[in-house]
Formats: sequence, C-alpha cells, structure tokens
Amino acid sequence: MTAVEETPAKGEPYDISHLPLVAPSATTGLFEVFRRRYLLRLLVRREISARYQASFLGILWSYVNPFTQFLLYYFILGIVVGLQDRFQNFAVHVFCGLVVVSFFTETFNAGTRSIVGNKQLVQKLAVPREMFPVASMLVSGYHVIPQLAVLFVVALAYGWTPDPVGMLGLFVALLIVGTLGTALALLFSAANVFFRDFAQAVNVLTNFVRFGVPMIYPYTLVSERFGSFAQFYLLNPIADAVLLVQRAIWVGTTSDPAEFTRMHIPDNILLIGLGAFGGSLVVLVIGQLVFSRLENKIPERL
Amino acid sequence: MTTSIVVDDVSKKFTLRYHRTLKQVTVAAMRRQELSNTFWALQNVSFEVQQGESIGLMGLNGSGKSTLLKLVNGVMRPDRGQVLTRGRIAGLIAARAGFHPQLSGRENIYLNAAVQGMSEAETKRKFDDIVEFADIGRFLDSQVGHYSSGMTARLGFSVAVHVDSDIFLADEVLAVGDRPFKKKCMERMKEIRDSGRTIFYVSHAPGSVRKMCNRVIVLEEGRVGFDGPTDEGISYLKYDNKADDEDDTDDDLGADI
Ligand SMILES: Nc1ncnc2c1ncn2[C@@H]1O[C@H](COP(=O)(O)OP(=O)(O)O)[C@@H](O)[C@H]1O
Ligand SMILES: [Mg+2]
Repeated sequence: MTAVEETPAKGEPYDISHLPLVAPSATTGLFEVFRRRYLLRLLVRREISARYQASFLGILWSYVNPFTQFLLYYFILGIVVGLQDRFQNFAVHVFCGLVVVSFFTETFNAGTRSIVGNKQLVQKLAVPREMFPVASMLVSGYHVIPQLAVLFVVALAYGWTPDPVGMLGLFVALLIVGTLGTALALLFSAANVFFRDFAQAVNVLTNFVRFGVPMIYPYTLVSERFGSFAQFYLLNPIADAVLLVQRAIWVGTTSDPAEFTRMHIPDNILLIGLGAFGGSLVVLVIGQLVFSRLENKIPERL
Repeated sequence: MTTSIVVDDVSKKFTLRYHRTLKQVTVAAMRRQELSNTFWALQNVSFEVQQGESIGLMGLNGSGKSTLLKLVNGVMRPDRGQVLTRGRIAGLIAARAGFHPQLSGRENIYLNAAVQGMSEAETKRKFDDIVEFADIGRFLDSQVGHYSSGMTARLGFSVAVHVDSDIFLADEVLAVGDRPFKKKCMERMKEIRDSGRTIFYVSHAPGSVRKMCNRVIVLEEGRVGFDGPTDEGISYLKYDNKADDEDDTDDDLGADI
C-alpha cells in the first residue's frame, strides 16, 4: 500500500513524484499478508459469518458439533467397544487427537479451495493471494477454540489440572498444525487453480491423516508393533502434535499421570515437537516458493 | 511532469483451452494433435502516461483492452516486457469485481475498500458518501447476490471513486448503469481528472471519450494501432461516422461494453 494521499483541493498542485515507480504486481508474499492485517481480518470475519449464515443457532453449532462428537466416541469406543476399561478415558484420548486432526484437515481442505473460491477478488483486483490460504487457516483455528473449550471442560470434570509444560506443548502443537496446514494450503491452493483434481486429492489425503496419528489407537500400539521403527512414525508432525495435546490434557485426566506419560507418550515429546515445528517452517518456505512461481498464471486460469 | 505509467514492450500470452481431461489428452496424443495452443492477447505494446493524463482506451471486442488494464492494475503479469506504475491504483474492471454475493452491501463496501487499500478509519469516514453516491437505499443491508447488475456496478463504482487513488481505471463500468447514473459517473470521473489524477477509461462511446480524455490509444488485435489526440483517434476508428450506427442515438454515453 502506498501512503494515503488525500485528494488535493482544486488548483493545488498535485505531485506524486516522491512515490516510486514500481511494478504494480510486486508482492512480498506472506509478509504482504501481515502488512495488510485489516484486509485479512475482514476476510476471516467474512468466512466465519458465512459458515453459519442463515442458521438460527449460529455460532452455538460450533459447540454442539464437538460435544456430540465427544459423546459419540464415549459411547461407541468407550462403552460399546469397551476400550474405556482397558484404556483409561479413551474418549478424551480420541478427542485430543480430533482437535488436532480437524484443525489440520479443515485448513488443508478449505485452504486448497480458497483461491478458486475467491475468484472474484483474485481475478479483478490486485490482492496478495497468499491472503486466502492464510485466512482459511485462521478460520479453522478459530473453530478450534470451541473444541478446546469442550475438551477443557470435560478434562476438568475428570480431575485434570493443567501444568505449564503441558500447556507449552499444546501451544507448540497448535503452531505445528497452523504452520504445516498453511504450507500445504499454499501449495495445493495454487495447484488447484490449474487442476481441480487437487481439491479431490486433498479430500482423499485427509482421510489418511486420521489413521496416521495416535487418535483412535494409542501410541503404545505403534511402539509395541514396530519397535525402533516407531521413530519414523514420529516424523509425521501431525502425530507429534496429537501426542503433545494428549500429553497436555489426556494424561492429566488419568489416575496416574506420571505413569501414563511414561507408558504412552514418547520421551522428549516437547523436543520432538519443536523439531516438527522447525520442519513445518521448512515446508512453509517451500510452499511460498512454489506459490510465487505458480502465482503469475493464477488470475488467467481461474 | 511525472511519469505515471510505463508500459514497455509488453506482451501477454494466453492459452486457448485449459482444462482437458485425461481422456481428451490421451486421444489428442494418439492422434498426434497439438496439445495446447497459445495466442498473444497483447503484443509489443509500449507507451508512457504522464500524471494527469486521461486516456481513452478503445478497440474492438477482444482487442486486449481488459487484459491491458489488468496488467496495469497488477492482477496479471506480462509474459514479456514490463509494466511500472506510480502511486495507488483504484478502479472498476468489472461490475461484480470484488464482491461477495452472500455478504450485504454494507459488508461488501468494507471488503472492497480494504482490497483497494483503504483503512478501516478511512472507510468509516467515507462510508456515508459511498452509500449516498451508490444510491442503493434500503438494499444496503441485503445481500449483494440479490442486487441487479446495475446496482452492483453502482456500488463498485462508488467505492472505487472514493479511494484516494493516483491512477483510476474504468472498464465496462458504465455499460450496465442507467442513464442518470452514467451521467453521475461521468461527472465524478471528470472531477478525478481535474484533480490531476491519471485516468484510464475503456469505452466505445466516442462522445464520452471526447469529453473525458485528452489522448486515445486504440488496440487492434493486441497491438497499438493508434496513440494520439482524442479526435484523431476517434476518426481513426471511424466511430464518428454517424451514418454507420444509425441505431446508436446515445452517442454521448453509448453502451460501454
Ligand atoms: N484468462 C484468459 N484466458 C484465455 N484467454 C483470455 C483470457 N482473458 C482474455 N482472453 C482473450 O484475450 C483476448 C483479449 O481479451 P480482452 O482483453 O478481454 O479484450 P477486450 O477487453 O478488448 O474486449 C480475447 O481474445 C480473449 O478471449
Ligand atoms: Mg473488455
């Protein structure tokens, strides 16, 4: 954005020679998005209000949805399948994973469609196009709040007391998912302009995410079955994020948090998490580079 | 004199058909047909615009006018050559540009203004003026998807003229508006011109180009066919030959398509 120029009164000399002569399409990529926070905020707000548009309960659905999911897991997995007896508070375990997985898949899915979906803006006006995947991530992040709220309330009811290391882990987990989600959304949103197949492919991919993380099965199962190969499993940043959230909340709801942490959470999970965050940042840089290359052709292919 | 826009040997290439299915690609490959065919929508276009000039951009449909405006406002990038501009750019490239059909007129004003670089405070300050100019009355709070195309264009134009821009682009804007609104737009564009800002105005109506512009650029199949004074440009196009367009009595404001 150039400096705000007030229209001069008639007769007053009008001089803009102090402004630089630049390419109108010049952009600094993701940095541009942060320079234009106000526009970003409007886009995020618009997505959020569009989601529950014309619904009577509106934002309440954000709470109804995760809560009923929790109850479903509680009844089906905990009581019907009986995992509740063999595995303490399995519903909370699942729900910790669900918060992470839905943040990630929502970002990935909505982000991938974001540029095609905002055709009208992208095609006719010069906006930093990274804006749209980033906005999708923030909207998905916004919907994590009610899920976390439901999770906190349930965990507190189970006798959980928050601890600082756990909370730090939770924060790192959200950073990992937000970063990796944005990175992949950047890559796929641009690719989706050229072939709409990518949105379909992402749909398929996200199905795998649910099973690639220790959500409906405990991490111990992986380390038992695969032994030292379990470390490869931990290369998946989303799996690390799930474990961080379980370390933050689920173990605290069990009868013996220290023992459960030792048994079901890998050692140094916080360090592993920070590594995963670093890895996600690398993917973000790659995503930005690819995006900048494809971006030239985006408006004409929409 | 300050240079406002530089278009330096610019060419823009498009692909004729983009989306092919696997089946189509396989069949084409087997028959050894060419897979993609491209064409140049703009070729070696060069000109410079000084601050304060108002340019009428003319030419037949498909001659590349809209493409040129999109290169100037930064939506597209040239495949060859370079485009440089000075200052903030605003304008209306298409009636429904930058509007979200599910949002109300009010919300869309904020969004559209933000995209063109207006801050929240600036938009708030000008909000009443924008609404008054657009004259959409009680439809302000109903969703833009239900507006007629004329109303949408009015809203878009109104936001665009309230941006403190240094370069103002207008393409197809007046085509859908009704007569009183077209008049109002012309008035406003003259004000913009008189305040010393650069104007790029696409029109097929010789009357309004004559009133608005001091220079005409004519595009012919993506090349500059004429660049010079308004009257010569219009006679170059033979648009002022009244006998040719007997049904176009509305010479002044014409159909700007
Ligand atoms: N995104 C696009 N993809 C392919 N061809 C395009 C695209 N945009 C415009 N064209 C083609 O480029 C040519 C010039 O178009 P345009 O600039 O819209 O012309 P005008 O505005 O002068 O009527 C036309 O032949 C049009 O079909
Ligand atoms: Mg056009």
